[in-house]
Amino acid sequence: MIELKDAGVSFTSGFTLQPVSLRLAAEQTHVFLGSSGSGKTTLLKAILGLQPLDQGAIHVFSHQVHAATQIAIARLVGYVPQDGGLFPHMTNAQNASIGGRVAKLPPARQRQRLTELCALVGLQEADLERFPSEISGGQRQRVALMRALFNDPPLIVLDEPLGALDPMIRTKLQADLKAIFTRLKKMVVIVTHDLGEAAYFGHTISLFHEGRMLQHSTLQGLVQKPSDPFVTEFLNAYRSFDFSRWLEPAP
Amino acid sequence: MILFLLFMLMPLAPSPGAADVRIGTKNFTEGYLLGELIAQKIEASGLAKAERRFGLGGTGIVFEALLNGQIDLYVEYTGTIQEAILKRPGRLDHARLSEALASRGLVVSRSLGFNNTYALAVRRHFAAEHGLTSISGLASLVPKPRFGFTHEFYSRADGFQAFNSFYGLEIPRGAINLMEHSLLYPALAADKVDVIETYSTDGKIKDLDLMVLRDDRRFFPDYEAVILASQSFVRANPAVWRLLAGQLEGRLDESVMRALNSQVDVGGKRPAAVIAQFLNRSEVDSGADVWARVWLRTKEHAFLVGLTTVLCVLLGIPLALLCLRAPLLAQSILVISTVVQTIPSLALLVFLIPVFGIGRTPALIALFLYGLFPILVNTYVGISSLSPVYAETARALGLSRRQILMWIQLPLASPHILNGIRTSVVWTIGTATLAALIGAGGYGAPIITGLAMNSTPTILIGAIPAAVMALMAHGAFNLFNSILIPRGLRRH
Repeated sequence: MIELKDAGVSFTSGFTLQPVSLRLAAEQTHVFLGSSGSGKTTLLKAILGLQPLDQGAIHVFSHQVHAATQIAIARLVGYVPQDGGLFPHMTNAQNASIGGRVAKLPPARQRQRLTELCALVGLQEADLERFPSEISGGQRQRVALMRALFNDPPLIVLDEPLGALDPMIRTKLQADLKAIFTRLKKMVVIVTHDLGEAAYFGHTISLFHEGRMLQHSTLQGLVQKPSDPFVTEFLNAYRSFDFSRWLEPAP
Repeated sequence: MILFLLFMLMPLAPSPGAADVRIGTKNFTEGYLLGELIAQKIEASGLAKAERRFGLGGTGIVFEALLNGQIDLYVEYTGTIQEAILKRPGRLDHARLSEALASRGLVVSRSLGFNNTYALAVRRHFAAEHGLTSISGLASLVPKPRFGFTHEFYSRADGFQAFNSFYGLEIPRGAINLMEHSLLYPALAADKVDVIETYSTDGKIKDLDLMVLRDDRRFFPDYEAVILASQSFVRANPAVWRLLAGQLEGRLDESVMRALNSQVDVGGKRPAAVIAQFLNRSEVDSGADVWARVWLRTKEHAFLVGLTTVLCVLLGIPLALLCLRAPLLAQSILVISTVVQTIPSLALLVFLIPVFGIGRTPALIALFLYGLFPILVNTYVGISSLSPVYAETARALGLSRRQILMWIQLPLASPHILNGIRTSVVWTIGTATLAALIGAGGYGAPIITGLAMNSTPTILIGAIPAAVMALMAHGAFNLFNSILIPRGLRRH
């Protein structure tokens, strides 16, 4: 469970994240939704302890996040950065098991965990000995997810997990991710700009715009009780593409 | 790479050992000959052993080495002592000179018998034709003779202008041809000029059968050859000093010195052989075998390069890491090391002599200062130019600062760092040839000796192995790259 109390950040460049107060429940998937520059990634980094707060406080499973506790927080969180963020000089196996290396797990145990995780995320074991540059973008995301899950943390955080993938791979990975989250019953936080993804994954959605969190609710709440005109505007802009106007009427 | 560095260090060249008298010379033919003469006199006497610290790179270096007690004696010229060392031009007699040098802890011998000063020379038949014996005689010559001078002599305040008015020669500019020193002799031989500037003991004078005009009004300062020694050496070895004074003072005149110079410069003989013949000794020279000489120089050179590289790596990489943590420190260290790069290497060596003397220590320090820069900068740039995403991801995964450095940043920057080390090593192999100028040995020793004596084979004894060593280092680094750079980084 994550608790934010007036958590705010201001950068010297002028960008500020207006104070946010939120409670995110465990065993649920929460989505931070917004376009780039909306503040959603800044808040994500603050939760990970990578971005110091200028005001307020964040608690992750009742540990307060600050510089001194960053490594302790990292043990509670499995992080999947944008584009996977794999280290190019390590094999996929070395990437996926780096958490085991930090935790000094015996090599046999690490090996066993890799096998389990390959089955869970749907990665060929043969791909483990290859380098990130030798596999597809979708496979890289699966390796990054293995890396995040390696030490079985209670919270998984994903930054635009489907961002750079082509539509076919995207659909497949999206379904796989949802199945994995459901199965593991972990708390998940996903950052995305895509309303479709947010609707697909999110038990709750927090909509960000220009450094402010406009609304935190379910999808239904956003549609039915928008707290700000921008919420409706955002939803309308993402309305599904309707082919029917361009199709010949059926004979 | 560690193995490579150990290999470079392995042949620790032998330390100076039990040699008693350390004889210095500058790097020109006459210096080598006189140093060799002193060495062989001492060896023949059986009073002591001689250690030859020859070919030091100039008055400043060899004199500092004497003051610092790193050589015991060397041959200097009175004019140079007065102008360059005492800064007291004019003519000092032996007593005055001894007195001035005693205050600096030095002892000076009497003249060895010749004066190697500026002189004017003419073709012998030209002199006979005009009844010419002295410089004064040039004034009344009809038609006016044609002169050949170097640019340096012509433009110096105490050179041509002073000379011309002192002798009242009224030489017009149109009668003067300015050229490189080495071209003066062919010009004179080919009858393009009649009178040239030269040095009174130049071997070419004998070779071309020239006549030196007497400086009858004594315009040119005296450059009498004398032995300059430290007082402490003379006190500790009175017998050696008596031997040298007794057997060398007043024993060499200009024509003998010219003949000796000519055997090296024109005849292509080695100074040791020329002196041995001069002293009627059978030559005992262990350095005669080319391969033995190459091996000795290789050990010396590899020692300099190996130790420099180890020091540069061991200090350069941690210093770069320190710079990454302290941006202010980074700026000052990068500025300092950039400034060091701009100091000419010979100048840096000379700066270091007062503190560290001559030999390996100042050479290693200078090479270290030059070799550090590429490793420091490449490590710093290699790591600081990595995408910050890597470090951020690693932090989020719970890696400590040290783990981020060792597991992520250093491997990712390894191509850059290896490149820096490669640059440093190849650079050091080249720069280390200059170390011979301060008596540190290595491939530079045959190179500067060969340059001084115009002997291409001697130069090549240093130059070819130096090139081979640089190529081998280059090849070794290609191998390291394929071993040390992670495969995932080599693909693209």
